[in-house]
Amino acid sequence: MAAVTPLLSTRGLSRSFGGLKAVREVDFALPEGQIRAIIGPNGAGKTTFVSLVCGRILPSSGSVVFDGRDVSRLPAHKRVRAGIAYTFQITSIFSNLTVFDNVALAAQRHLLDDRQARPTARALEEDGMAALEKTGLADFAERRAGNLAYGHQRLLEVAMGLALKPRLLILDEPTQGLSDGEIDSFVALVREIGREATVLLIEHNMDVVMALAERITVMDQGCILAEGTPEEIRADKAVQQAYLGG
Amino acid sequence: MTNAKSLWLHAAVILLLFALNFLLPEYHRGIFSRVMVLAVFAMGYNLAFGYTGLLSLGHAMFFAAGLYGAGLTVYHLGWSIWPALGAGLLAGTLLALVVGFLALRTTGVAFMIVTLMFAQVFYLTTLYFTTYTRGEEGLVLPQAMRTLALPGASFSLTDPATRYMAALALLTIVLGLTLILVRSPYGRALIAIRENEERMRMLGYDVFANKLASVVISGLICAAAGAAYAVLFGYVGSGFASIQYSILPLLWVLLGGGATTLGPLIGTLFMFYIIDTASDYTTAYLLVVGLALILLILYFPKGIAGTVRERWLPWLP
Amino acid sequence: MAFGPYLLLATLEGLVTAAVLALMALGLSLVFGVMRVVNVAHGEFYMLGAVLAWWFASLVTGHPAIGFLLALVLSPLVVAAIAFVAERLVLSRLNYEPEATIVATIGLLYIIQQLALTFYGPEARPVQAPFDMRISLPWFGYSAYKLAVIAASILMMLATWFALTRTKIGLVMRATQYDRETAQAFGIPVGRVYAGVFALGAALAAVAAVLIVPIQQAHYLMGLDPLLLSFIVVIIGGLGSLRGTVVAAILIGLSDGIISMFFSPTLAKMLATLLVALVLVFRPQGLFGTVAR
Repeated sequence: MAAVTPLLSTRGLSRSFGGLKAVREVDFALPEGQIRAIIGPNGAGKTTFVSLVCGRILPSSGSVVFDGRDVSRLPAHKRVRAGIAYTFQITSIFSNLTVFDNVALAAQRHLLDDRQARPTARALEEDGMAALEKTGLADFAERRAGNLAYGHQRLLEVAMGLALKPRLLILDEPTQGLSDGEIDSFVALVREIGREATVLLIEHNMDVVMALAERITVMDQGCILAEGTPEEIRADKAVQQAYLGG
Repeated sequence: MTNAKSLWLHAAVILLLFALNFLLPEYHRGIFSRVMVLAVFAMGYNLAFGYTGLLSLGHAMFFAAGLYGAGLTVYHLGWSIWPALGAGLLAGTLLALVVGFLALRTTGVAFMIVTLMFAQVFYLTTLYFTTYTRGEEGLVLPQAMRTLALPGASFSLTDPATRYMAALALLTIVLGLTLILVRSPYGRALIAIRENEERMRMLGYDVFANKLASVVISGLICAAAGAAYAVLFGYVGSGFASIQYSILPLLWVLLGGGATTLGPLIGTLFMFYIIDTASDYTTAYLLVVGLALILLILYFPKGIAGTVRERWLPWLP
Repeated sequence: MAFGPYLLLATLEGLVTAAVLALMALGLSLVFGVMRVVNVAHGEFYMLGAVLAWWFASLVTGHPAIGFLLALVLSPLVVAAIAFVAERLVLSRLNYEPEATIVATIGLLYIIQQLALTFYGPEARPVQAPFDMRISLPWFGYSAYKLAVIAASILMMLATWFALTRTKIGLVMRATQYDRETAQAFGIPVGRVYAGVFALGAALAAVAAVLIVPIQQAHYLMGLDPLLLSFIVVIIGGLGSLRGTVVAAILIGLSDGIISMFFSPTLAKMLATLLVALVLVFRPQGLFGTVAR
């Protein structure tokens, strides 16, 4: 089979803060449709790496190519509109607005950009509620987002990402602080999302990673240490040493 | 449903103001004319401060840009009212575009100080060109020039009833515009930017462009109030560009309720009467401005309309 | 008068402005540095210091130095006490939320200013200088008092610097500035430190005012211009950087003195304000400050 152009690729991507090289010379490729997990010890540069991808921070050097287009110098909001959605590691929602308004803001952005659609009240309602139903939040639509339970706030983060109808959804430690039951339904949700979008997942919980990821990238000290299927990663000596505590 | 309710409410307010033209005694009708124009100033300020969360301490410059844009063209160039109003609007909008473009590179405290300083520069400019502006003393527009031409008729803006109706017309237009704006996708985006700017950026919104648009529309509305003030009341002076006139709209909006469509009108009306009453008793009537600011921010930060919305009428826009 | 002596006179006048401005800006900078509060009422503390100086000086008869010294001691103390109370009653209850505190200090500005108008009146009144001596230079005579103002300001700044860097109070303040929560955890009464800093900042403005009243008269509206100038100084010097504040005060004071000798003062103020606004837009850390830690 001919090599398919990946949806996302980076070349020589680096970023340093002062003297600290948080991400160095990362070459990374993610084909369309995959669920990819990035794992690694704290401070390995995972969040910095995905922040470089979605444009929250700009690289010191190197490039990010999304969908065949160099987006390295594009501001974050333009990358989002190109199809890269990011959900925050620390819950970042509009606490004072209703749950529905939270997703409506995301849906509205998508509708404004879609030349065929218009952000009519009905279109917003449909798209917003669809995202809420997928995440199981439909019953809370009229609640103030800040009053939701923590687990539901995490889901709202994901719902906002979904309402953008992204091609690439980046989830930054989505299961942090969730209960076991919540984690199970979360895994099912991400699997569902994975049918329509490419997913890049930073995750510490190895059960979640093994259950979801088709391939795993391991980062350590700003570099990619290894990459492979869950089985390969499990068997990798270097990974065991650096991360799994093997 | 709620849409209809709020439309009725706003229509009722406008109708009530219309009826008051025939009911109010002369003195109070004069005050109401002035309050309506200043309330438009407050509505413009509210768009930036209340809805978008941009605490500017320099909005006097936009009001004054409208005031001088209209006043100077009438006084020195003999322009008639309509083109003069246009000049005022243009001056305010351009100024807002430039100031917004620069000041929005900063946030929070720096934004306040930068807007304060730009406004101070504007104020000093009006003093520096005192040959044309006559500084603090100001210019009085000749009565003969304050005639508003409409198709088929022309009105003298020195007539109290005409003045009242002209002020009401402006208020109606701006209130309607605000109502449409804040219920539009763009208005929702502004509120969301106020609530969580970083999240909005990561939802694909160009935060800077949205804020800039907010400042420009806000400046345009304030300039409209300033231009109307010049031609309706026939006086143009540096005092309107001073810091005090940047702080007053903040106070009016805080009192009436930030991020509410009717709050600025309520706040301006109340404060105007409070100051009017206080000035009968003391020359230090600005004391009430100070007391009101502190009491509001300590105990009543949502203002009148904001509290009504929170307690009783959640549909209030 | 030839150009040289003219410039010398302008420089001396500029140094007097700088001396007073540095003290006042130091107060503003201290409050911002430790509390992250922009005190818009700072100019009114200055005005209050001047008005009280007149009042204290008018209480005593005899040699003008007695009245002046009384004012120099008591006026800053009273102003500090008022600031302390205002901080406890208002600012602390707002939890130092930046925008709310700005609105509150604007309120404070009006209250102090209008109370001064009520009780002191709209007149401008002078305080007699403690001594009346002219130093004769070859080209013109210069007031010795003005030179003493420069010296006094330097002394005050050295004392403040010493207190901040060499004493326990200074250590406590710096700890609070660095990390409020940790300071609290170490048993530092953060609330009282804040109130103390706010009072100290106001007192510095009052000292500046007492020094200036023999040169400029006390008036209830005298606070606004120095407030804006202090903002300018603090911004140019880098928000919260004390050394930068002093350097910037000298720079602004001198250029203000020299420029307004040769140009219209309004134009000078206009250009200076515009320049500073642009500095804040394009170089928010100030000309001398470094990027925030």
